[in-house]
Amino acid sequence: MRTIRIECLRYHPETDAEPHWQTYEVPFTDDMSVLQGLQHIKDHLDGSLTFRWSCRMAICGSCGAMVDGVPKLTCETFLRDLYPGPVRIEALNNFPIVRDLAIDQSDFLEKLQGVKAHLIPREKEEGAYVQTPKQMDEYYQYSKCINCLLCYAACPQYGLNEKFTGPAAIALAHRYNADSRDAGKAERLEVFNAEDGVWGCTLVGYCSEVCPKEVDPARAVNQNKIESAKDYFLRFLRK
Amino acid sequence: MRTYRRPVSGLWWTRNPFYLWYMLRELSSVLLVIYALTLLVGLARLVQGVVRYEDWLESLSRPGAVAFHVFTFIVVLYHAWTWFKVMPKTLPRLPLSNGAIVLSGVVAALAASLALFGAVYLAGLWSLL
Repeated sequence: MRTIRIECLRYHPETDAEPHWQTYEVPFTDDMSVLQGLQHIKDHLDGSLTFRWSCRMAICGSCGAMVDGVPKLTCETFLRDLYPGPVRIEALNNFPIVRDLAIDQSDFLEKLQGVKAHLIPREKEEGAYVQTPKQMDEYYQYSKCINCLLCYAACPQYGLNEKFTGPAAIALAHRYNADSRDAGKAERLEVFNAEDGVWGCTLVGYCSEVCPKEVDPARAVNQNKIESAKDYFLRFLRK
Repeated sequence: MRTYRRPVSGLWWTRNPFYLWYMLRELSSVLLVIYALTLLVGLARLVQGVVRYEDWLESLSRPGAVAFHVFTFIVVLYHAWTWFKVMPKTLPRLPLSNGAIVLSGVVAALAASLALFGAVYLAGLWSLL
């Protein structure tokens, strides 16, 4: 069995003033993911290593980490592709570390609430809301977001200014803006128009690049720059 | 809850090639401004008369100016390429079906091939005359 060196950024708030790297030699087989490597460390080498995970199949969005400086879901990144290593694993960039690889996501969760990423219905209709496949096509890709926060770790603007609403929150809000059954566009526009709304984005585009679910958050953000600009100029006509 | 916030280094853009290319894209716009100013100076010289304009043209043929233009051309090509990359993210969705977009691509390729073939054919005929 081959072994690979995994370097983890460790931080325990009770004992550490700041994070430090710790190295482990991990035996692995070809079918083992980075997450399974971490589980091997926890089970056999060092029980104090802390990381989040749940589904092991890229749908829960819990196991995101920086793998050699790139935000990845550790469950769908394979050790065989990183051989001979060493592999550097660090908590997702741009977020405060709670413990080892576990980050504090509360900032994102607050933002997600702020953008009203839920259906605000047009009017009370009798029976079901009818939607054609073409109308569904307008928002479907954005609905695939799993809140894994790889896009926030990829976004240098969020790193420099944590007030920026950021890729996933805007993509999830846009998912409802683009939905034919929704009427909440005006309410969401307030957040988008704000100083730290869509205009905080400079179209680096790395968010869309790292997304594991083929969502295009950079597109969602920039589509709403058009909406925001239209809203700004057209309000003079409306008066 | 005590957490640790990692400081963002001023050199964050050197840590990942994607960020480096992004910074080069942003930086290339400075060169574009300098090039636009060069043209603007040319226009001003043209207004000032033929002699001043000829002087300006003369100054552009110096090796330094030629090197600047070659370098700027390469940078502009990169800048243009990045625009094609980000354009689909900024444009609203085209009111066309996927089939229509594929078909227009096929038609455009066909038209371009015919034009190229025609040009080569005519050039061949021309050389026989």
